[in-house]
Amino acid sequence: MFRHMLIGALTRQRGRMFMIAMTMALGASISTAMLGVMMDVGDKVNQELKSYGANLMVVPKGAALLGDLYGVEDGLGVTDKYLAEDELPKLKSIFWAFNIVDFAPYLETSVSVSGPSGTEQCKLVGTWFDKHLDTPTGESLNTGMVRMKSWWDVKGNWANDDEASGGAVSGMIGANLASKLGVAPGGKVSIPANNGGDVMIMGVFQSGGAEDDSLFVPLSFVQRISDRPGAVSRIEVSALTTPENDLARRAAQDPNSLSRHEWDTWYCTAYISSIAYQIEEVITNARAKPVLQVAESEGAILQKTQLLMLLLTILSLACSALAISNLVTASVMERSAEIGLLKAVGASSTEVSVLIMTEIMITALSGGVVGYFAGRGFAQIIGHTVFGSSIAARGLVIPLVALLVFVVTLAGSLPAIRMLLSLRPAEVLHGR
Amino acid sequence: MNILELKNVSMIYGQVKALYDVSLSVEQGEWLAIMGPSGSGKTTMMNIIGCMDRPTNGSVILDGEELSRLSPAELTAIRRDKIGLIFQQFHLISYLTALENVMVAQYYHSMIDEGEALLAMERVGLKERAKHLPRQLSGGEQQRVCIARALINYPRLILADEPTGNLDETNEHIVMEILRKLHNGGSTIIVVTHDPEVAVEADRTVFLEHGRISNVVRKNDVPDAVKAKDMQLSSAR
Repeated sequence: MFRHMLIGALTRQRGRMFMIAMTMALGASISTAMLGVMMDVGDKVNQELKSYGANLMVVPKGAALLGDLYGVEDGLGVTDKYLAEDELPKLKSIFWAFNIVDFAPYLETSVSVSGPSGTEQCKLVGTWFDKHLDTPTGESLNTGMVRMKSWWDVKGNWANDDEASGGAVSGMIGANLASKLGVAPGGKVSIPANNGGDVMIMGVFQSGGAEDDSLFVPLSFVQRISDRPGAVSRIEVSALTTPENDLARRAAQDPNSLSRHEWDTWYCTAYISSIAYQIEEVITNARAKPVLQVAESEGAILQKTQLLMLLLTILSLACSALAISNLVTASVMERSAEIGLLKAVGASSTEVSVLIMTEIMITALSGGVVGYFAGRGFAQIIGHTVFGSSIAARGLVIPLVALLVFVVTLAGSLPAIRMLLSLRPAEVLHGR
Repeated sequence: MNILELKNVSMIYGQVKALYDVSLSVEQGEWLAIMGPSGSGKTTMMNIIGCMDRPTNGSVILDGEELSRLSPAELTAIRRDKIGLIFQQFHLISYLTALENVMVAQYYHSMIDEGEALLAMERVGLKERAKHLPRQLSGGEQQRVCIARALINYPRLILADEPTGNLDETNEHIVMEILRKLHNGGSTIIVVTHDPEVAVEADRTVFLEHGRISNVVRKNDVPDAVKAKDMQLSSAR
């Protein structure tokens, strides 16, 4: 009988129930979209901020100390401490390996470079441009400057890590140095130093920084002419991180100050400090330093974006609750004679409330399902419009939206249920 | 044996005395009519007897149970178990069929039994229309569904509020015939009515005026024709 009454009420009040379902669909769609974007925005913001450069710098311990004490930049002749190139694949073996997006090693030296317009003393930087790696975990990946310096304005092409034709290596030259040497993409410069050779200029770049006076060549070339095989002076790492909090800041100062439980929490969260700690665990004699401007910007932008999403979600749900409240109250008023009759024939207030609430819940949940799928669509539109990529569908959104639909419908129905409980059959059936 | 007893019952809304110091008893199997002009307290009395309202003063005893101190939930239980309600406006649920409307009362009383509900429909002559929606039925048919719903749980008391008030003459006769059969079967019936032709069927007619009982006429006291005329006069007054 309950089912008959339920189906009857649902099918014969299609108009009002449709309105309730659509109201809930609207609220649920905005919530789904906002929650989906909110959960994915961390990755998206990280991807966006990658264009600001690496957020971790790995240097040898001694060089780090010099830098910390005297502000001396890393480089050849500054310190005799180096990192080992063959340890780089280990970066993809740490606990947060999947959060290590890209990395590039550097080895620098100062050389004379001759070009069509003359000879210049400049910084020669050895690096990986687009290096293919097979990691100890069996993963294959390509990493290097092509991905790390995506914001560089490059004329020509990116260099590659192999030797170019004719025994020359390929390289990239900064715009200032290129202008001094009179070289353009496709041109050639030569390094007359010991074990030196020709460098085929694949591209001229403008970074807006000190690199514009440098020449970038494959790492092995610099290792050869500086007689430091397998050495790396620093590694830039781009990692997806969780915004810092008090725990992460305390851990960054001294991980040993944490309790066992705090340490576990910190270690198993992708804070930049815990990723840095894990990198130091796998790279011998290394010091991993967060690039704080990038890490802090990431956190601040992320928090503000998430707060905005949360506020929009709350507002949309509050609007849905108000609209549902009006619709359900109107429905109860319209059906007061029917409700009075049910009470008159022996239904308790609880039984009538359960009947009405079941009708509303079924309707609202149907709307919620429609809203969920519409919301996923909205999330994709937001993803493509704002971040230029799709928003991943998170399973957690489903129970969250279901819970929100339930709570909002319940909250929206409360005034109507209160009215229903106080409704006396004598008043509606006999007008007293 | 009395099935219903009202002792010094009053219902006062602010300054308005809808019922004032009314005492009345109804015997098991009796057909009682309550008549009176608008505002005389008929509906108030029906609401109190039907457990839909509690008096401000006095006591109401239905089938041995004192009602005036019961909570709304307890009154609902009494109404469900002991009273069958027939309304002037029928109050059928528009989205349920005639049969389902009867079964609603079964559902909230104990458990549904379609066969028994069909039997009740048959008793009011509507078995063939059991699957029709209220809007597909005439006024008289809707009232007969309302009567079937009132009868389905074998109530101790049938309470009818203007059962023929919205019916034409033909349907009025059909409904009165059903009530007559119920009475002959031993049911206790209380009818609130304006219509002397309905009241004339009752064993006893109570006249209300300004919330008080102004007159009581018994069926056996006077011939029907005289009684009906007397009732018309009383009703008009």
